Amino acid sequence: MLQNLLLNSLEQGMVYGIMALGVYITFKILKFSDLTVDGSFPLGAAIAAALIVGGYHPFFATLAALLAGALAGCITGILNTKAGISDLLSGILTMTSLYSINLRIMGRPNTPLLNQPTIYSVIDTFVKGIWPAFPSKHVYLIFFIIFALLIKFIVDAFLKTQMGFALRATGDNPQMIRSQGVNTDLAKIIGLVISNSLVALSGALVAQYLGFADAGMGVGTIVAGLASVIIGDTLLGGRTVFISTLGVLFGSFLYRFSISLVLSFRLAQASDLKLFTAIVVVIALTAPQIKQALKLRIKGCDSYGNS
Amino acid sequence: MVILDHIQKIFYRNTPNENQVLNNLSLKVEDGDFITVIGSNGAGKSTMLNVVAGVHPVDSGRILLDGIDITHLPEFKRAAFIGRVFQDPMLGTSPSMTIEENLSMAYARPNNMTLCWGLDFQRRKIFKDYLKNIPLGLENRLSTKVKLLSGGQRQALTLIMATMKKPKLLLLDEHTAALDPKTAQMVNSLTEEIVQKNNITTIMVTHNLEHAIKMGNRLIMMHKGQIVMDLSGEEKSTMTIPRLLNKFEQLQGEKFAEDRVMLA
Ligand SMILES: Nc1ncnc2c1ncn2[C@@H]1O[C@H](COP(=O)(O)OP(=O)(O)O)[C@@H](O)[C@H]1O
Ligand SMILES: [Mg+2]
Repeated sequence: MLQNLLLNSLEQGMVYGIMALGVYITFKILKFSDLTVDGSFPLGAAIAAALIVGGYHPFFATLAALLAGALAGCITGILNTKAGISDLLSGILTMTSLYSINLRIMGRPNTPLLNQPTIYSVIDTFVKGIWPAFPSKHVYLIFFIIFALLIKFIVDAFLKTQMGFALRATGDNPQMIRSQGVNTDLAKIIGLVISNSLVALSGALVAQYLGFADAGMGVGTIVAGLASVIIGDTLLGGRTVFISTLGVLFGSFLYRFSISLVLSFRLAQASDLKLFTAIVVVIALTAPQIKQALKLRIKGCDSYGNS
Repeated sequence: MVILDHIQKIFYRNTPNENQVLNNLSLKVEDGDFITVIGSNGAGKSTMLNVVAGVHPVDSGRILLDGIDITHLPEFKRAAFIGRVFQDPMLGTSPSMTIEENLSMAYARPNNMTLCWGLDFQRRKIFKDYLKNIPLGLENRLSTKVKLLSGGQRQALTLIMATMKKPKLLLLDEHTAALDPKTAQMVNSLTEEIVQKNNITTIMVTHNLEHAIKMGNRLIMMHKGQIVMDLSGEEKSTMTIPRLLNKFEQLQGEKFAEDRVMLA
C-alpha cells in the first residue's frame, strides 16, 4: 500500500509540480505575490476540457491552455505595472474575473472528459504502437516525471540567460537592474506570463488526468504551490537555480505525499484538506525560525552546562 | 557634453509639504570633466543626480546629453549611457546573485533582455582578467554571492559595473561615505584610476572636503537647490578646506539672518 501511495504521490507531485514551478518564478524569483494562480489553473483546465470536448486534438487543447495562462499573467502584470495596482490586488482581480470567464468557457460548472481522447491516451496509443508490452497503468507516472523534469530544465536554462538574470535581479534589487538598462515593468510582466503559462499548462494536464474540469478546482492552488516551494526551499536550500527548482518538484511530491498519508490513515477527510494545506504552509514558513529558536536553546543549554 | 538647463524640482507640489529642491539649476558639464560636488545636507545634491539619471521627472527645464534632449527618457533607457554608484552599498548590486552574474548584467548593458546565455567560458575569462587588475582578490571568487562581500568590495564591484561599458556620464553619490576610512581610500583611488584611464565624464558628490579639492578638475558647491560656487583650474587647486568651511558658514549665516528676519 505504501508503494502505491508513493507512486501516486509522485505522479501528482510532478503534474502539480509544474504549477509549483510557476509559483516559484513569481514568489521566489520576482518576489511578486501572485494570486492569479487560483484562476489560471482552472483556466487551463477549462480551456483544455472545452476544446477536447469540442473535438480538437488534445495537444492543441493543451497548448491553447498554456497560451490562455500567458494572457492571464500578462493582464495581472499590466494591472500592477501600468495601472499601479498592488501585486496582491492585481492578482485577486484577475483571479476573480477568471472565475466568471472559466464558467463561460465551459458553459457550465463542470466538464467531464469521460471517453474523450486526452494527451495520455494519445501517448499511450503511440507508445503501444512501438512497444506493445508498455505498462499502460504507468503512462501517467512516466509522462509526468519526464515532462516535469523537462520543464524544470527549461526554467533552469531560462534563468541562466541574460533575460533570466534580469528577472532575478528585478526581484532582488530593482534599482540596480534599472540602472543596468532593464525595464523592470517589462521584466515583471514577462515573469508573470511565464509563471501563469506553466500554471495553466499544469491545470490542463490535471484536467485530463482527473477526467474533468471544474470551475472550483482552482481554490487553494496558490497555497499548494507555495507549500511546495517552501518545503523545497527548507529542505534543499537555494544555493543554485538547479537545486532550487529541483527542490520545488521535491516539495511538491512531499506535499502530495503528506496529504495522501493524512487521507489514507483517515486522520482527516477530503474536505479538511485546505485547512491541512494552510497549516503545512504555516509550519514550513515558520520552520526556519523554529530551527533557529531550537538552536539557540541548545546552545544556551550547552554554555550553562559547561560553565 | 551634458547640460542641465534651468531645472526645477519640487517634491509634494501643491501640498502643505511642498519642497523646492532644485531651484532653477543650470550646469554645463564638458566632456572629460570630473566634477566634485559638495553642499550641506538637503542641498539637493542627490536629487540633482537622480534627476539626471531619470529617477525623478523634473517640473520644468531640460536635460541635454550630447545635444539630445533626454528630459523625458525613462530611467532604464538612460542607463545605456549613464553609470551610477549609490551611497548605500546595498543598492548597486544584486545580493543573491553571484559576482560573475552581476558582472554579466553590466557587461550586457543595455541589452539585458536577450535569450543569450548570461555566462560562458569567454565571459568568465574576461571578468577574471578584469578583476585581476583590482586589488580586492575577487578574481578567484567569481561564483561567490555578492551578499557575502563587504561594503567596500560591493562598492568597488558597483563601480566596475557602472564603468565596464564606458558610460558617457558617471554619477557617484557619496559612494565612499558608508565605508571605513581605509576602504574609502581604496575605492577612491580605484575611482580616480578608472575615470582617468577611460576618460569618463564624472559627477561625484562627496561630503569629504579634502577629496572634493584633491579629486577631479572642477568643484561645485550647492546650496538650497542652486549652484553657489563653481571652481576649476587654479581657483580649485589653490582652494583650502578652511576657506570652503568659511563659505559654508557664510551661507548658513545667511540662513540664520533670514530666520531672524522671519522672527522679527
Ligand atoms: N524621493 C523624494 N521624495 C520627497 N522628498 C525628497 C525625495 N528625495 C529627496 N527629497 C527631499 O529633497 C531635499 C534634498 O534632498 P537630497 O537631494 O537628498 O539632498 P542632499 O543629497 O544634498 O543631502 C531634502 O529635503 C529631501 O527630504
Ligand atoms: Mg545625498
